[in-house]
Amino acid sequence: MKQRIVLDVSKLPLHGFGAASVTWWGTLGFMLIEGTGFALVIAVYLYLMSLAPSWPLNAPPPDLLAGSVMTVALLASVVPNVLVSRWAQQQDLRKVRIGMVVMSVLGIVPLIIRVFEFPALKVKWDSNAYGSVIWTMLGLHTTHILTDLIDTVVLAVLMFSRHGDNRRRYGDVQDNAMYWNFVVAAWLPIYGCIYWLVRI
Amino acid sequence: MSDAAVRTETLDVELARDELDTALAQTWKTEPGLWGMLTTVDHKIIGRRYIFTAFVFLALGGVLALLMRLQLAAPEARMIGPDRFNQIFTMHGANMMFLFAVPVMEAMGVYLVPLMVGTRNIAFPRLNAFSYWIFLAGGLLLWIAFAIDMGPDVGWFAYVPLSGPQYAAGKRADIWAQMITFTEVAALAVAVEIVVTVFKQRAPGMSLDRIPLFVWSMLVTSFLVIMAMPAIMVASTSLILDRLVGTHFFNPAEGGDVLLWQHLFWFFGHPEVYIIFLPAVGMVSTLVATFARRPVFGYLALVMALIATGILAFGLWVHHMFVTGLPRLGESFFTASSMAIAIPAGIQIFCWIATLWDGRPVFKTPLLFVIGFIVTFVIGGLTGVMVASVPFDTQVHDTYFVVAHFHYVLIGGAVFPLLGAVYYWFPKFTGRMMSERLGRWAFWLIFIGFHLTFFPMHILGLEGMPRRIYTYQPDLPWHGINLFVSVSAVILAAGFLIFFIDAIISARSGKPAGDNPWDAPTLEWATSSPPPAYNFAYIPVVGSANPLWDQVGSLNVASGLRTARRELVVTTITVAEPQARESSPRNSIWPLLTAIATSIMLIWSIFSPWAVVWGSIPIAITLIGWFWPAGTPEDDA
Repeated sequence: MKQRIVLDVSKLPLHGFGAASVTWWGTLGFMLIEGTGFALVIAVYLYLMSLAPSWPLNAPPPDLLAGSVMTVALLASVVPNVLVSRWAQQQDLRKVRIGMVVMSVLGIVPLIIRVFEFPALKVKWDSNAYGSVIWTMLGLHTTHILTDLIDTVVLAVLMFSRHGDNRRRYGDVQDNAMYWNFVVAAWLPIYGCIYWLVRI
Repeated sequence: MSDAAVRTETLDVELARDELDTALAQTWKTEPGLWGMLTTVDHKIIGRRYIFTAFVFLALGGVLALLMRLQLAAPEARMIGPDRFNQIFTMHGANMMFLFAVPVMEAMGVYLVPLMVGTRNIAFPRLNAFSYWIFLAGGLLLWIAFAIDMGPDVGWFAYVPLSGPQYAAGKRADIWAQMITFTEVAALAVAVEIVVTVFKQRAPGMSLDRIPLFVWSMLVTSFLVIMAMPAIMVASTSLILDRLVGTHFFNPAEGGDVLLWQHLFWFFGHPEVYIIFLPAVGMVSTLVATFARRPVFGYLALVMALIATGILAFGLWVHHMFVTGLPRLGESFFTASSMAIAIPAGIQIFCWIATLWDGRPVFKTPLLFVIGFIVTFVIGGLTGVMVASVPFDTQVHDTYFVVAHFHYVLIGGAVFPLLGAVYYWFPKFTGRMMSERLGRWAFWLIFIGFHLTFFPMHILGLEGMPRRIYTYQPDLPWHGINLFVSVSAVILAAGFLIFFIDAIISARSGKPAGDNPWDAPTLEWATSSPPPAYNFAYIPVVGSANPLWDQVGSLNVASGLRTARRELVVTTITVAEPQARESSPRNSIWPLLTAIATSIMLIWSIFSPWAVVWGSIPIAITLIGWFWPAGTPEDDA
């Protein structure tokens, strides 16, 4: 078929940021999948709760301390996270490097707190359905933190390598920051279910 | 080739046309040989592979169906025992749904969507390669398990408590649950790829109202996959947890609930039907337009019907649970919503009829399948409205009436359009036409064989024959019809056999097709058949919904892409205004390695929970290998 050139795209950038980037949309897509997964597990929790004669089932409510410290730590991590994203937008390599190291540490802290959170649930996963569902919620969210931590650490190392100073990498840093915000946001309803719904 | 071709900044317009083709072929090529096969990220190669594998599973599932028909042809038959029969009907259902129907529809999208929107590869091509390997591993898991008498025997829906730790000893139910994980991971990956390809990689000018209807249908389907498949993963994971580490999700003695399983399963299971059906609808809209020789009637209505079906699909699941004793109000609501879905379905049927009515229909094989679809699907839709009513459903639940109904909507509603679509796009896939003569034989044998096989099942159901029984007593009034059904199934199978023979012969020695053998209006026909590795030498620029009909003789295109790196155009989501020249990843072995590591972890985790811990380490390593930059021009920004 004959072709007629009607448009020149040679002035366009070689990589787009934010909504002009396919990875940004891909990240949103995976957030939608995982968000649906979390919503469904919460639905399972509410469903079992609605059937139970008493809730929590044959167990005291979980201790508030570890979970609340977790909530504070996650919420606090949003501040540096947003800053890293902004520095990445400005393509400021030095600040991004510092920020990624900070975010790696802030990804490890919740995992340490989580070690104390599981015993604070005061029920085992195999005690009853209540225990099963809250262990699953906490387990899922732990996987969430862990995968994002690995992602953050690898990206931090990458920022110190020769591949670091690249628009594409700054975009990755921004997407990673967006994903961490999602990890934090996904925690809040889970925190509400596990620690507060059992108290009202 | 001139020196200019090797510089990284070289633009397409700086090269003569033959030099451009050579340069792009070099940049986008898949190496010949085994290494090339294992590393390729070309959506066409992966799509073809996906389609082929899915059809192999269709043939295997068809053999299982014939075995069941053989057993049921006469009362008190002794050919297959109850245990084997349970495995066979479970395998048939699980295989057809998870290894054939969903994958084949997504695979058609993998091959066609990038071509139809005028781009050079699917978004996240490595994820696409990974998706195929994971799908293949899931299929092998199921069939190898079946071959060693470990095939699941709990029905394709695996209802608890039958599939739970108390009643399903051994690993058969776990094989089912983990096969789900494999196929859903594969399906979710493709769904994200298609959403992003449609959102961001459409040809400049392809605004929302110019997107081909098949692409719209794949977009809506992908969102259904994204929203529905997590439900089955939550369900199958909690089933494995119940069976492996003693959780109590489905154990009423410890606060769990068996109906929770049915809610989770059907919250996925009903949208699943539309995940299979909507792509078929998109195929029908495409075929109808081409063979009626006019643009489809009611484009906007058809798009709205797709979206409306997609939304309603999530409000129907309880109609699978009418006999479980749910509250009256709930039943009424789900009856109403189940009947409501007939509205968008009806709108589409009327639009297709209007298109054919007003056009000059050319009755080639693809259109025959479309007409077979319309007839069959309307019958299946009518019995659908019947079973949406609670009293009627209570009467026929778990009988052959339901078997007849869903085969009418699934085979009539999805497989007929799919076969038409294969006849239609086969020239694009292979560069060769399928045989019109064999195609007519295949159509009539399949169409007649189908109705002779499945229509009598309505009567069997009304006469009270339950589903999933391995035999029946001679004094029951069923054996005459059963024998008739079994003989008719042979006609149906013969039709499929001819279809397969036609496909195999035509792939080798069919008539050469040329770029656009049907004179079709969409962009996949604007390139050679089969398309080159880079799809389009220049990215098309679109000014209407039927570009090849509206720009006769010459195609408007965009220039300015580099030739030495894999590059495509990213456009805005609504009006498809160009935003960036984006790179597309090169071939890589890492997706295969990641898929192998993932498969080991998933299969190991059937046997030990620690697999999740230790098995995840190789996955992490392979993923890092996958994403670590290789210093290629694709990493430029």
